[in-house]
Amino acid sequence: MSAATQAAAPATGTARPPVLSIEGLSITYQTATPVHAVRDVSLELGRGEVLGLAGESGCGKSTLAYGVTRLLKPPAEVTAGSVEFHSREGYALDVMRMDGEELRQFRWSKISMVFQGAMNSLNPVKKVRDQLDDVLTTHRPGMSKAQRRTLCGELLERVGVDRNRLTAYPHELSGGMRQRVMIAMAMSLDPQVMIMDEPTTALDVVVQREILQEIARLRDELGFAVMFITHDLPLLLEISDRIAVMREGRVVELADALTLYTRPQHEYTRTLLSSFPSLTGERGGFVRDGTRTVPAGAAAARHDAEEERA
Amino acid sequence: MTTLEMRDVTKVYKLRSGFRSADLRAVDGVSFRLEPGRTTALVGQSGSGKSTVAKMLMHLERPTSGRILVDDAPVGRGRRAEVAYRSRVQMVFQDPFGSLNPYHSVGHHLERPVRLHHPRLGDAEVRERVLALLRRVRLDPAEDYAQRRPHELSGGQRQRVAIARALAPEPGILVADEPVSMLDVSIRLGVLNLLASLQEEDDLGVLYITHDLATARHFSDEILVMHRGTIVERGPADDVILRPQHDYTKTLRAASPDPERRLAELA
Amino acid sequence: MSITSSEIVGSVDTASVDVPAGAPPGGGRRRVPLPPLTPKLVVGLSIVVAFVLFGLLGPLVVQDPSAVDSIGMTAPSADHLLGTTQTGQDVLAQLAYATRGSLLIGAIVGVLTLVLSAFFGVVGAYAGGLTDEAFSLLSNVMLVIPGLPLVIVISSYVQDKSVLLVALVLAVTGWAGSARVLRGFTLSVRGRDYVLAARVAGERPWRVLVVEILPNLIPLLASQVVMAVIFAILGEAGLSFLGLGATGSFTWGTMLYYAQNGLALRLGAWWWFVPPGLAIAVFGAALSLVNYSIDEIINPKLRSQTRAERKGWRRRARTATVATDPTEVAA
Repeated sequence: MSAATQAAAPATGTARPPVLSIEGLSITYQTATPVHAVRDVSLELGRGEVLGLAGESGCGKSTLAYGVTRLLKPPAEVTAGSVEFHSREGYALDVMRMDGEELRQFRWSKISMVFQGAMNSLNPVKKVRDQLDDVLTTHRPGMSKAQRRTLCGELLERVGVDRNRLTAYPHELSGGMRQRVMIAMAMSLDPQVMIMDEPTTALDVVVQREILQEIARLRDELGFAVMFITHDLPLLLEISDRIAVMREGRVVELADALTLYTRPQHEYTRTLLSSFPSLTGERGGFVRDGTRTVPAGAAAARHDAEEERA
Repeated sequence: MTTLEMRDVTKVYKLRSGFRSADLRAVDGVSFRLEPGRTTALVGQSGSGKSTVAKMLMHLERPTSGRILVDDAPVGRGRRAEVAYRSRVQMVFQDPFGSLNPYHSVGHHLERPVRLHHPRLGDAEVRERVLALLRRVRLDPAEDYAQRRPHELSGGQRQRVAIARALAPEPGILVADEPVSMLDVSIRLGVLNLLASLQEEDDLGVLYITHDLATARHFSDEILVMHRGTIVERGPADDVILRPQHDYTKTLRAASPDPERRLAELA
Repeated sequence: MSITSSEIVGSVDTASVDVPAGAPPGGGRRRVPLPPLTPKLVVGLSIVVAFVLFGLLGPLVVQDPSAVDSIGMTAPSADHLLGTTQTGQDVLAQLAYATRGSLLIGAIVGVLTLVLSAFFGVVGAYAGGLTDEAFSLLSNVMLVIPGLPLVIVISSYVQDKSVLLVALVLAVTGWAGSARVLRGFTLSVRGRDYVLAARVAGERPWRVLVVEILPNLIPLLASQVVMAVIFAILGEAGLSFLGLGATGSFTWGTMLYYAQNGLALRLGAWWWFVPPGLAIAVFGAALSLVNYSIDEIINPKLRSQTRAERKGWRRRARTATVATDPTEVAA
């Protein structure tokens, strides 16, 4: 598997210098019957690139993200492979070997993460400003209170939330705004890589579009790389430079967005693509056709078979 | 063959905070008609009122004003009328993990509605119907699935059980409230196609509630776009999506991920 | 999908908390969930069963507990295995009857609490509306009423309190807490999709309550009942010690009361007050162990095998990081 992705990598590899190199990473949940959540995954994230990581539930994409940021909890453990972070200052860090203070500094200031369901991760009894402040006091002890206040305000404005929302409580903000606050928090230390795990899943499609535009704009402005994890393939097409498709712990296809869409190589990619009916184009695998129904036939049978396997 | 009509239905919730109370018009003057053999999509984002419409159709909430008519007649009062209504209008819930009781077997879930709506059937006949329902939703071998518990099934299989349960009373109208949004992407198509073929077999009128414009377009004949409690646009599916009239519909369409458009941009 | 679902355990769906843990899969009939047979449960149950047997059969084999003897307070001997009280009564005999008395109080309070809290908590929450408001108000008022002053008032009117009366008072002052917990849980279950689905299918309200909601409440109900029994026994002991209990009957608490009055502690007559005190403590602990086991159904994360597994993981993870070759980390 990795050989195939390796072979594909040079052809579709990023032209940008890498900021994160994942090499043969394997993560296993050491339960009674071990679960191999991530199997021999090799990926490269270019500086300032948006890499989409697509896959369904159970494919290991979230586990991969947690592994890269060293947030795995037992029984999950990294059983093989390495992750290297190439800082823009010129040095490289072996992520798996870091410990203690160094790891703490690495997390959030070099790589930050927006978690799944992040909108509900805000502390309901603290004001937004205090929560943003927390991050700064922890990682930038040298800053004065006034400096932190100013930075908090700037951060919020950067994600498109009005500065006077600093004194609001989370429940006073809409879902979309809360998500922007989480993104602001993730950006507060000017990281070089941001990992986003299903950041727009629970949001309205209109708000989702706004958040995506925000992320794209910020990426252009600040130059960080994004690993965007979601099951929504059409969404990835809108925002990613390259897309990796994961299934059962492996990367089955890695290509730039356009190629993946127009010339998918792997069967699973094709299955995934066909599951998303086109908004404006042809009907694809759908049976119903408005006025008359088309016999189910092969398309339905194929999807039933897929489900039995699932 | 059943037709279901909502006529100028409004639902107002009273929100209390302290001593003040405010009115929340969850649904405001909504009217539409469901006909046998046709699928109508109710498209809206969260907070649009579409779930409230579903609850009112299923008699889980009462409209503040307006009427719900079955075969152009209002629903009577009393237990008998209630049971009759429920035998003709059924629902598939959104959450495959929450709509089945973890305590009971799949067979039990299907037996109850069969017995409730066909009280004169004997045990053996009830059993036969349960197995037949399971086979219709392509859960074979039916005997094996009937004695399983919900936690032994995958999300897609649970949703099929939920569909089977909805079909047990042999209804004429099916309300599908986001039936696939909590399922894995690659099995959504299979479940929607199953619904489509079942609709054709039974000549059902289906109300497909969703936030996803794409599946709404491909799965339904007519689309109703709902925003803040009112229907802002309605029409044949392709017309509403490809040639939207209302501003909100245009915003929705522009916001939805559209690979075709994106590919055109990139190329 | 959150990280706690299928991503962790592969393709197995981790269902919600109310999946019965001990229930074997594929059962066609509804099965009451049994707690997993852990050492905790075995120890707790054996002790409880031992006490129940002692209370049931003990009084049949021991001497007359009220028989007064002129020997006065004596230490344990061949005649009196647990010694005698200051009036020469056999302590072991008293303990047997006292066990019966305390267990009886526990049982009565348990049943009464179950009935009252289930009615006011579950039925109220299910009915909703005004019924729910009324029942909830009643529960809250009963919670606030202090038990001890109530008992003192009652005891000033009724001199010779029977075991039944004490049990009644304890039950009436104790059901409200349980009712609140049950109400909260019922409210959450009532809104679940499978309950709505049952209503949509056309089930009658009482059937929905009994068939859909109640099975999910069984572990919680069991836990509440066990807690009520613990509360009853401890409460009775406290009341009796203050002289407010069923002083005419034998219970663990009244034994302590008479021991205190007979200056047993000062005179060093440990055989009089240690057995009943120990009985209260051990029985209470055993019931708590049973309760923890029930909690493991309600919250699978508490299962000891899960905790032990997790400790195993931590140990393995630590040894793994130590064993890896510490390479030069480029800073």
